[in-house]
Amino acid sequence: MTPELQQAGAEALQRWRQKEQVSASSGGRSASFGRLVHAHEPDFAHGVALYLDDITVSFDGFKALNALSLAINVGELRCIIGPNGAGKTTMMDVITGKTRPDLGSASFGQNIDLLRLRENAIAQIGIGRKFQKPTVYEQLSVFENLELALAADRRVRASLFSRLSGAQLDRIGEVMALIHLLPEAQRTAGLLSHGQKQWLEIGMLLMQDPKLLLLDEPVAGMTDEETERTAELFLSLEGQHSLVVVEHDMKFVEQLTEGWKKVTVLHEGRVLAEGTLADVQANEQVVEVYLGR
Amino acid sequence: MKRDRMPEVPALLDVKAVLDPATALQEASRPRLLTPAGWGGVLLALAIVAIAVPLANLVAPVDSVFHLSDYAVGLIGKIMCYAICALAMDLIWGYTGILSLGHGLFFALGGYAMGMYLMRQIGRDGNYASELPDFMVFLDWKALPWHWAGSGSFAFQMLMALLVPGLLALVFGFFAFRSRIKGVYFSIITQALTFAAMLLFFRNETGFGGNNGFTDFKRILGTPIATASTRMLLFVLTGGVLIGFFLMARAIVTSKFGRVLQAIRDAESRVMFTGYDPLAYKLAIWTLSAVMCGVAGALYVPQVGIINPSEMSPAASIEMAIWAAVGGRATLIGPIVGAFFVNGAKSWFTQVVPEFWLYFLGALFIAVTLFLPNGLVGLAAQLRRKKKDVAE
Amino acid sequence: MRGLRHLLLIGVLYAASSAHALTALQTRAIAEGDTDGRVAALGDAAAAAEPGLATFVQALLDDAVKLTPTQVLVVEGDKVVDAASGATTALPSDAEDVVNNNRMRGALQATLASLRLLSPERGARAAAIDELGKQATDEAQLPLIEKAWASESDAALKAQLGRMRAGVLVASSDPAKRMNAAQALGESGEPAVKALLLERLADGTEPDDNVRAALRQSLDKVSRRLVWGERLGVLFTGISLGSILLLVALGLAITYGLMGVINMAHGELMMIGAYATYMVQNLFRAHAPTAFDYYLWAAVPASFIVAALVGAALERSVIRWLYGRPLETLLATWGISLMLMQSVRSLFGAQNVPVENPAWLSGGVAVMSNLTLPFNRIAIIGFALLVLGGVALLIARTRLGLFVRSVTQNRRMAACVGVNTARVDTYAFSLGAGIAGLAGCALSQVGNVGPDLGQNYIVDSFMVVVLGGVGQLAGTVLAALGLGVLNKVLEGWAGAVLAKIMVLVFIVVFIQKRPQGLFAMKGRSAEA
Repeated sequence: MTPELQQAGAEALQRWRQKEQVSASSGGRSASFGRLVHAHEPDFAHGVALYLDDITVSFDGFKALNALSLAINVGELRCIIGPNGAGKTTMMDVITGKTRPDLGSASFGQNIDLLRLRENAIAQIGIGRKFQKPTVYEQLSVFENLELALAADRRVRASLFSRLSGAQLDRIGEVMALIHLLPEAQRTAGLLSHGQKQWLEIGMLLMQDPKLLLLDEPVAGMTDEETERTAELFLSLEGQHSLVVVEHDMKFVEQLTEGWKKVTVLHEGRVLAEGTLADVQANEQVVEVYLGR
Repeated sequence: MKRDRMPEVPALLDVKAVLDPATALQEASRPRLLTPAGWGGVLLALAIVAIAVPLANLVAPVDSVFHLSDYAVGLIGKIMCYAICALAMDLIWGYTGILSLGHGLFFALGGYAMGMYLMRQIGRDGNYASELPDFMVFLDWKALPWHWAGSGSFAFQMLMALLVPGLLALVFGFFAFRSRIKGVYFSIITQALTFAAMLLFFRNETGFGGNNGFTDFKRILGTPIATASTRMLLFVLTGGVLIGFFLMARAIVTSKFGRVLQAIRDAESRVMFTGYDPLAYKLAIWTLSAVMCGVAGALYVPQVGIINPSEMSPAASIEMAIWAAVGGRATLIGPIVGAFFVNGAKSWFTQVVPEFWLYFLGALFIAVTLFLPNGLVGLAAQLRRKKKDVAE
Repeated sequence: MRGLRHLLLIGVLYAASSAHALTALQTRAIAEGDTDGRVAALGDAAAAAEPGLATFVQALLDDAVKLTPTQVLVVEGDKVVDAASGATTALPSDAEDVVNNNRMRGALQATLASLRLLSPERGARAAAIDELGKQATDEAQLPLIEKAWASESDAALKAQLGRMRAGVLVASSDPAKRMNAAQALGESGEPAVKALLLERLADGTEPDDNVRAALRQSLDKVSRRLVWGERLGVLFTGISLGSILLLVALGLAITYGLMGVINMAHGELMMIGAYATYMVQNLFRAHAPTAFDYYLWAAVPASFIVAALVGAALERSVIRWLYGRPLETLLATWGISLMLMQSVRSLFGAQNVPVENPAWLSGGVAVMSNLTLPFNRIAIIGFALLVLGGVALLIARTRLGLFVRSVTQNRRMAACVGVNTARVDTYAFSLGAGIAGLAGCALSQVGNVGPDLGQNYIVDSFMVVVLGGVGQLAGTVLAALGLGVLNKVLEGWAGAVLAKIMVLVFIVVFIQKRPQGLFAMKGRSAEA
């Protein structure tokens, strides 16, 4: 071991550390031309999970979305508020592939063009959606609902011959405990209360382990206690997952934003205001169209 | 298909789940193929089909009370073929929510495949003593058309009985499901499909016997077709196939695949947003059901001795739907019961009071949709539950 | 036949000669004796072109001639005249009827025709030409035709005679004459001429190449003239079928499009309307036979009302319990259709029943030589448009229409604002059923009426609804007309069965691109 070799070794270590640092801050990939980008995995190198650019959707002349532009960062919890008809659900439809916009682009990470994928492909790529009206499989049990949502091989042959592994069983149990439906494992989902159905749907979303969660009025019809628990759950998910929450319940939004997170206000298909909840609440326009005095 | 009435299930407080989550989960994840009672039923059915009926028909003396007439054997064999179709309908309608009003087409195609083989087996014993089937001689054809090329071989025709309905179902299903045609529109289009096929087969030029179809069979696999032993063999085979298909269907619906199908029936959009491709699942079960009907058709023709295009009529396919509905959708055993009930009634009516059969059938359609959404099996379960409630 | 031609020839050759009256001998020779002798005598008389011959021949054909040993008498109304002198006499008791066998009748008629060809009346000449044209002509008749053609003053009749002449000459032994004839035939627009040209062009018939070339040219010219007739004919039949499909599908579009009810008994409601028409027809025939031609004015409202009542009964008893469950409705209405068919069979029998067109609907208007548009089909097109207009007005402008639209779009909200949804449902369904009845009435005028009437159209009408899309009448109209025309065009090309199959495939492919049909309700449709 000569001093030169020691020096070379130290420098190599330094360079490796630097590279690691850079990759850690950019989602695990170094920002160079030589990095590999896979078609089925979103590239979060620049820290943005979802881009919406100038999305325009019109139904028979009525513009549901009017040049909407939005960006959600990786690990962010964004709240979207706005009056009815502002285009919040339509925006989710566009992101999940249910509606094709007339103009504009939408991408998941840097590389995945959402407008070219079908719904199930978008779901497999890591975007999960919870509907306004709880859509669970009414005739199947809670357990079966969650089992179907499990992130696993979605193909026909796999379904015919699949058996749940221990780890998968554990995961289902874990989520069931999280959504407080463990005692109801065998109960038919159609018989659950409204709030329990909402929780089941959230649980199904969690089972998919998505990178981006789209939640459309997740606490509609829930009691105060359930609302609080939901807020806790979402806050725990923040960071490892990106969340977009559309809500009308201002108290819930307050709990989620904790005073410093960004809130977006939609109105007539475009972004009216963006900022912390306090800023938005002070904005004259927002007060006029939505919040009221 | 949305069921407006939820099945009445007593409050299930799973004590085990609270005390021991792991076991409860284990049990929930591996539903059994059949309960012990179920297995008992299957064995009983097998015994009846393979032992009791042959004895009753072949061994018991004609005047004994245990004797089962040839006519009865033929009738039950025919109804068992229909029961296979009803089972297929349950898989696509009861479990996946796809109402097909054209499955009679697949049944008839399987039947025609077998019929072609049987027509060739007549050999020179037909009316015209020619190598060609009678209807071809009548039409003044000099040689077999191209689609009769393999009809001399039993194996080939049996393969056709599987492949032709299967391929047609695959192609039609692919285009129909891909365009997301759903619900009533889909049902109407299946009806139009079978109607068009029926018109096609009515033409003599199509080469399938025109409106007379195929009949007057003499031999199957070398043995004469009208003997008691051949009939019994076919009967036992049909029964075995029915039981086999039942077990297969049971395996399908208890697997994850079956649950995805039910999910597609109840909330297709959520299924898509969970990452499944409903097209692949629907197509798989659709094609399977078509192949099942094709097999049923192939077993049907040697037992009834005739096949003609009226088997493809929309009315015949709609009747298949009512067998499943009467018995009870999404139960597998229900449609089999339904097929026996409706066809048994048909046989009785058409012999005793034929003018009233259509009234009865029409009333059955109305009664089942209005009053018996869960069919006879559902009704039985309801009565059993009521008795249990009263007892408690 | 040679005898007849002989007659015609002679008749013409001596037609211009001076007129003699029929003598008693001549009349007796024509009226009495064996057929050969009589035909010969007739020929002689025609050759001499006796002026009274035409009336005498007509009298013979009318069986108005009687014989006594001394006289030949003709009965004219209540008078009895002597055939030769024309003097009125009394009818003796020993007068026998003159009997004409078929051969004699044929000879008498041919003579009459040849005499009429040169008659001073245009009408008589036109009729004679038509009759001549119905027979196969050959060279023996050529002089007659040439004579008539030469002396014909009327342009149209002259053209007809000219064609007939060319038709005969085209088979002449002289190639030059054949050439002229071939060229002359090219001016025609008759389908019969086209058939004749094709016949001449068949292998082996025409030896001369130049003449063949001329024939082919003429064939092209005639075909081109005819093809317009054929195309328009297909178009008309297509529109006619489309109008029928429209009537059938309109009721279905209302019950399904506006109410979401799939009614498999729709065909049977049509059948009920058709049978109502049949009953009204019988009533008129039994109690008001003079007004029979007007029975349709009563049948149209009758079929509407009867079908609407049956529809209302169905809706109240069965269908109202099945709203929101389209697949169940489908099955239940299929059951109803079985019962309706069977009850009609029990009441009226399983055979078709005859429904006659009233006189003003029979026949047609000949628009072109090969295109006759039947009146009943024209009437149905008009009727369909009327019904369509009526329904559109009803839905768009009346209170009932407003209620129906509101119940369709949001049942709960409509109930909240006080609309009696149950009654609106019944009205709307009855309307759809009534229109089906009208369709049945229309169908009774163009087709057979039997218990299976509904089954023939049910698949087609569903296709119209699937293709046209739900919620707007415009889609139904376009789809009905489009499918009708498409069906007929393909039929002419590939036959009825293949045409139906192709239409079905087309619809499935079209639905791929546009699952909601031609005109669809846009926007965020309820997923449930």
